[in-house]
Amino acid sequence: MKNRIQKKLEEDKKLVSIYFSAGYPNLNDTVSIIQDLETNGVDMIEIGLPFSDPLADGPTIQESSTIALKNGMGTDLLFDQLKEIRKTVSIPLIIMGYFNPVLQYGVENFCKKCQEIGIDGLILPDLPLDVYKEEYETIFKKYNLINIFLITPQTSESRILQIDDASDGFIYMVSSASTTGAKQGFGEEQDAYFKRIASMNLKNPQIVGFGISNAQTFKQATNTAKGAIIGSAFIKMLSQKGTVGISEFIQTIKPVS
Amino acid sequence: MTYNANEKGYYGQFGGAFIPEMLYPNTEELRQNYIQIMEEPSFKKEFHALLKDYVGRPTPLYFANRLSDKYKTKIYLKREDLCHTGAHKVNNTIGQILMAKRLGKTRIIAETGAGQHGVATATVCALMGIDCVVYMGEIDIARQAPNVARMKMLGAEVRPALSGSRTLKDATNEAIRDWINNPVDTHYIIGSVVGPHPYPDMVARFQSVISEEIQSQLLEKEGTPNPDYLIACVGGGSNAAGTYYHYLDNMDVGIIAVEAAGKGIHSGESAATSALGKVGIIHGSKTLLMQTQDGQITEPYSISAGLDYPGVGPMHAHLYTSGRGEFISVTDDEAMTAGLLVSQLEGIIPAIETSHAFAIFDHRKFKPDDILVINLSGRGDKDLQTYIDYFKL
Repeated sequence: MKNRIQKKLEEDKKLVSIYFSAGYPNLNDTVSIIQDLETNGVDMIEIGLPFSDPLADGPTIQESSTIALKNGMGTDLLFDQLKEIRKTVSIPLIIMGYFNPVLQYGVENFCKKCQEIGIDGLILPDLPLDVYKEEYETIFKKYNLINIFLITPQTSESRILQIDDASDGFIYMVSSASTTGAKQGFGEEQDAYFKRIASMNLKNPQIVGFGISNAQTFKQATNTAKGAIIGSAFIKMLSQKGTVGISEFIQTIKPVS
Repeated sequence: MTYNANEKGYYGQFGGAFIPEMLYPNTEELRQNYIQIMEEPSFKKEFHALLKDYVGRPTPLYFANRLSDKYKTKIYLKREDLCHTGAHKVNNTIGQILMAKRLGKTRIIAETGAGQHGVATATVCALMGIDCVVYMGEIDIARQAPNVARMKMLGAEVRPALSGSRTLKDATNEAIRDWINNPVDTHYIIGSVVGPHPYPDMVARFQSVISEEIQSQLLEKEGTPNPDYLIACVGGGSNAAGTYYHYLDNMDVGIIAVEAAGKGIHSGESAATSALGKVGIIHGSKTLLMQTQDGQITEPYSISAGLDYPGVGPMHAHLYTSGRGEFISVTDDEAMTAGLLVSQLEGIIPAIETSHAFAIFDHRKFKPDDILVINLSGRGDKDLQTYIDYFKL
């Protein structure tokens, strides 16, 4: 049975994906943000499960996570907010977070709940490849969840091949050696990296994340990659304009099709 | 059974490297090289020469006469307080700066809570002429002003960690983020036996000079290398790891770890990780940590900034759950009182971290012919203001 992520990746277009922290700016914005994003033509959504110590994130997502936690966001509440999401939303939904909250919920319980709700994949940057393969792969597969791995400009070719082999959706291509939201625009270094990865002809398409903030960086990233993920820039917009700014923001990013 | 790390960095179920891919090349480079580098004769020679001539090792093993009289047992003190910079922390920073040089790194980052590890890192960076950035929580910067000044005087840049609770946990997050953003030229000198593999094992090996010296010094004084008990305070656990290291698999020697109960284990203001923690992931390591039911890491409390950490090194998590180590937690009040007592019985003002180890006698009796070695991990100069405020001196 094909997962929504896999089906989406077969579409002949560059994919716009948006990350946001669940529970931010307001505790109960989660569902309406997801619905607004789909209405405005976003292809895929990463729903951030906030964590107290987000190591891989820059100041913007640290701040939105902290506020979301202060607002009272938690694992049970997120699942509760999302329980009827598939009645109104059909694009792929991914939960992105850190491994510890998943571990505390129980990895199998977490995956089971995701399947019940209609979550299609997980991105857990601090769940390492070897631990996933040894302990959790069978659980993820049992609940038809795609686990998405990251690569960076420093990831060796042999490790990229291992990650490609372990993946069955897309590869999350981190644009530069950085935490989220750090970069302002891409230079020659990124272009060369994007080309290098494209020339590897991996079996999984790549979606670029970190440093995508506007139409130009989106275009640069998707010259070779299948799509791009916007996180910090979207959250910054939310902090300035609130959810009413979603439509305008997406229109400025989306490629003219 | 061994209580040491296996090749993947696991102590039983604890340890490993739960890190985002951005950190994989850095830690992998270290993992592939650290043992080989540490075994090189030229490395050993340089490391031991610096420990001897710069740090002042070996540190004495001192028989504490009056303390032994008071508690009716034989108490030896391992005098890590006499190390250059005033604590055991420098054993590790000397080792890691030499490691960083061999890996061709030109920039050092570190985290610090009370500032002791920051000072020890700034010291070795000055010694080697390498750029040094120390992350320190904004709140700790305010309460540890003398150590901030020491780091600056030694040429380090002290960067405030402004995120989260703005203490040690957050300083560690900031240092890790710096490493993600500077993966090629930078080495991260972690100050304790925490973090992703290979850090817990590497730091334990650098600190193991403590137990190596205890073995030969005790043999000379008592005719046996084995004490009945080794006693050390545990926050992250580096001084304890160094004290236990050569005795881990020697079941003739009892291991006692003293944690900070703060205002009491169940007061909500505590750092007694073994009692309050659950298995989880903190700073790239699977270990026991204080957290909410949802897996959000909670803020610990102790009067001692050096024990104020919500996790514990994976070696210690394993010692605790396997029963190899006996874990006892003591309150702020017990530790402060013990610190004052040691000052007046032995003429040694211990760091407040170390004072926790001395409060063991409030909780546990020993036989008259038991031989105890307490690691006197640091001196109390840095804590004078806290002692002054507490005792209204």
